[in-house]
Amino acid sequence: MKLKKIEVWTVITWIFLALFLLFLIYPMFGILRQSVFNAEGQFSLEQFNKFFSTPYYSQTILNSFKVTIAVTAVTLLLGIPFAYFYSFYQLRGAKFLFVVSILCCMSAPFIGAYAWIMLLGRNGVITSFIKDIFGIQIQSIYGFGGIMMVQALKFFPLVFVYMNGAFKSIDNTLLEASANMGCTGVKRFFTVIMQLSMPTILAASLLVFMRAFADFGTPLLIGEGYRTFPVEIYNQYLGENGTDHNFAAAISVIAILVTAVVFFIQKWATKKYNFSISALHPVQKRKPKGMGGILMYLYCYGLIALAFLPQIYIVYLSFRNCDGAVFKPGFSLVNYEKAVKKLLVRSIDNTIIFGVVSLAIIILLAILIAYLVVRRPNPLNHTIDTMSMLPYIMPGSIIGIALVIAFGKQPFALTGTMTIMIIALVIRRMPYTIRSATATLQSIPLSTEEASISLGAGKIKTFLTVTTPMMANGIMSGAVLSWVAIVTELSSAIILYNNKTITLTMSTYAAISRGNDGLACAFAAILTVLTALSLILYLAVTKSENIKL
Amino acid sequence: MSRMSVNIFIRDAVKKYGENTVIQDLTLDIHGGEFFTLLGPSGCGKTTLLRMIAGFNSIEGGDFYFNTTRINDLDPAKRNIGMVFQNYAIFPHMSVRKNVEFGLKNRSFDRSKIHAHADKFLKLMQIDQLADRMPDRLSGGQQQRVALARALCIEPDVLLMDEPLSNLDAKLRVEMRTVIKQIQNNVGITTVYVTHDQEEAMAVSDRIAVMNGGVIQHVGTPKNIYQRPANLFVATFIGRSNIFDGRIVEAGNGKATVELPTGYQVTFDNVEPEKCKPQKVKLCARPEELIVEPQGAEGLRAVIDDCVFLGLNTHYFVHLTSGETAEIIQESTIDSVIAPGTEVRLRLNTRKANLFNEDGSTNLLTGVQNDLIAMEAGKKAVKA
Repeated sequence: MKLKKIEVWTVITWIFLALFLLFLIYPMFGILRQSVFNAEGQFSLEQFNKFFSTPYYSQTILNSFKVTIAVTAVTLLLGIPFAYFYSFYQLRGAKFLFVVSILCCMSAPFIGAYAWIMLLGRNGVITSFIKDIFGIQIQSIYGFGGIMMVQALKFFPLVFVYMNGAFKSIDNTLLEASANMGCTGVKRFFTVIMQLSMPTILAASLLVFMRAFADFGTPLLIGEGYRTFPVEIYNQYLGENGTDHNFAAAISVIAILVTAVVFFIQKWATKKYNFSISALHPVQKRKPKGMGGILMYLYCYGLIALAFLPQIYIVYLSFRNCDGAVFKPGFSLVNYEKAVKKLLVRSIDNTIIFGVVSLAIIILLAILIAYLVVRRPNPLNHTIDTMSMLPYIMPGSIIGIALVIAFGKQPFALTGTMTIMIIALVIRRMPYTIRSATATLQSIPLSTEEASISLGAGKIKTFLTVTTPMMANGIMSGAVLSWVAIVTELSSAIILYNNKTITLTMSTYAAISRGNDGLACAFAAILTVLTALSLILYLAVTKSENIKL
Repeated sequence: MSRMSVNIFIRDAVKKYGENTVIQDLTLDIHGGEFFTLLGPSGCGKTTLLRMIAGFNSIEGGDFYFNTTRINDLDPAKRNIGMVFQNYAIFPHMSVRKNVEFGLKNRSFDRSKIHAHADKFLKLMQIDQLADRMPDRLSGGQQQRVALARALCIEPDVLLMDEPLSNLDAKLRVEMRTVIKQIQNNVGITTVYVTHDQEEAMAVSDRIAVMNGGVIQHVGTPKNIYQRPANLFVATFIGRSNIFDGRIVEAGNGKATVELPTGYQVTFDNVEPEKCKPQKVKLCARPEELIVEPQGAEGLRAVIDDCVFLGLNTHYFVHLTSGETAEIIQESTIDSVIAPGTEVRLRLNTRKANLFNEDGSTNLLTGVQNDLIAMEAGKKAVKA
């Protein structure tokens, strides 16, 4: 009769189960409950009825869908050629292109929209310039077109990074074989290269779709009459006139269902392309030549310049003299002086503290959960894994609302505290880091840990001295992007922040919404520099292009 | 290395994966200091058994002993086992020296002596110049040496190796198996080695256990297993064999006369009397145990289909006039090879060939030394 000793990992499993139930399932349940009860506390589906029977509201989901599908298509059209040129040709300044494109997609969510408004908006520089010189009023940037342009320029680097990975894994002999059978050039690109990359294209599409669909900052600033659902949820929850929490909850439930459906469609589609390739003979990069070469350079650098322009312009504006919303000739640090008075120090402190603490928690969670899932597969741990993926299909503002509903009152009154901000950030980024940690651990053969045990190291010591260090590389590449995403978080923070827990992103947003353009630019510039420095530091230290988005 | 060598006793071991029994009541003795090999086709349970000894697989039944210590419930970390894995399992984030020292640091080994002790084994494996390298800059053979140094460095009671050479190229494999054999001889440690390569097993082992379907078929020296296989499976798995159907037409006085295809009759004078009654049998002749004779001599009637000159030997592929095919290896002669289409006679070397009962489950000849059967007889005696 053997008495099973209670293993440390069993204890950890139960701790995670408890944490996830409290911080994930309970808040989601709260949203669900709020959506099916009316103001009098009776069960009713009137909120859902209201949403679907009033075109004013149901239109928002449709709008979100339309613009997101358009954005996904455009990012593919922009990103795939870019990745193709980058992976198959020796472009000068390739490293520069890579770093800058990463910087573009990691910028704070609404800075692009804000900068484009400053450039092409009603009083934008380019708008006024064209009007003065040619007397033409250019088309309005607000609405569908604006959202699409800003999001496409922000998200195409995601497609680029993904496709670059896929193209690298194509074995040169496959291309030679297809040439040998008479298939070259454009035909080969579509029948061989694109087909081989299909799983990656689907994965990248899903990522772009999810990000764009849930993006809150861009449509908030540049959408105007073109109403998307994240903005609608926000308005219903915190808007200036006529909030309806139950209705906001109902829209949230609908949004989660929609993203869940998209998620499963993508999973299903990916299954159809279930093959794995690995390159023994990587493709030799060719030198770009002739007219084609020139066009290639024009395309790559032009696209990067366009995508990076907003950030440069914001930094430039931050040094311009400004009085309220009006920029004046001359340069000074006046915007930064104003920023210092407006909680700059507290914003930076909070941003960094939230970032460091959340990241530490996320990494710890990711390592432990990856270990449970990969090395101790059982139904409980599988449940934990599934639960940890839930935030992937939940737009940030919904997570914010769910946390307020769950922790706005006793017994768990946490609203307004740093704790709830950190919880939100951890929940938001956790799925990504867990995915990369799980993938890393799966690629590590079990025998390495067995070797350690047979050499006399106990289970815990093996985990700490062998398993964790081997996972470190894989986790760090994901963690740096989590760091940037945390630092630039807007959608959940906008629901949860207050004066004490204000961050750089929120300070920027507050300045924009109050029409303090100079101040906004100063905050945005600091945020941009902070994210850029983090990324460049990481790339310099690791010297790798191994970035997981 | 003055450690007393350790015997491994396995009694009625059972391994189950869910409802599926992989190993049923397996009993085996591995003697102290010997180089013992578990040999069998993939999926035969040899790695499973090795991992049960190591402690990485649970044991569903039976007892495992190191000398008198029962190890069934002993933590793998405390079994004092050196293990070499198929993929070497070198820690990628540690230098060669750190890898070798890892085991020492986990036990109460005098800290000041770790460096020197590791050096001793780095030198033994001739990798002392590589001590500060990281594993990603080592070749396959070098990684193999690191794995071996790391396993031996803790001075384990037992060394376990799971197909350690299967990831190396053919030439390095031959070189490394010599290294492994020499080191094992020098250190004198009880070693259990798993492989599916019968030539490798023959080259390194003191004794071999041939396994199939979770059951040990034959335990014996390489020579005995090759020359007097316990059953038809062992005969066909080790080396090449031509199998012919035959019939004992006359038996007695430790002799048996067998009728083979094409009417050829041979007499064995080394049969087990109680097993040999007139019955259908299987004859197993290795390619070198058939001798090509000209037409008119006594033997199996056959026609040459093809011949391949390989220098030392010449291989003949033939078919009997009764339809069966066979392969024959002859030492090359200075005369020209026999042309395809020639009719010949194949004489059987009855001193070397083996005779099995019809279902192939037992060898009918004397001289089979299967330690397994001896052991089971002993076990029954003890129980009685």
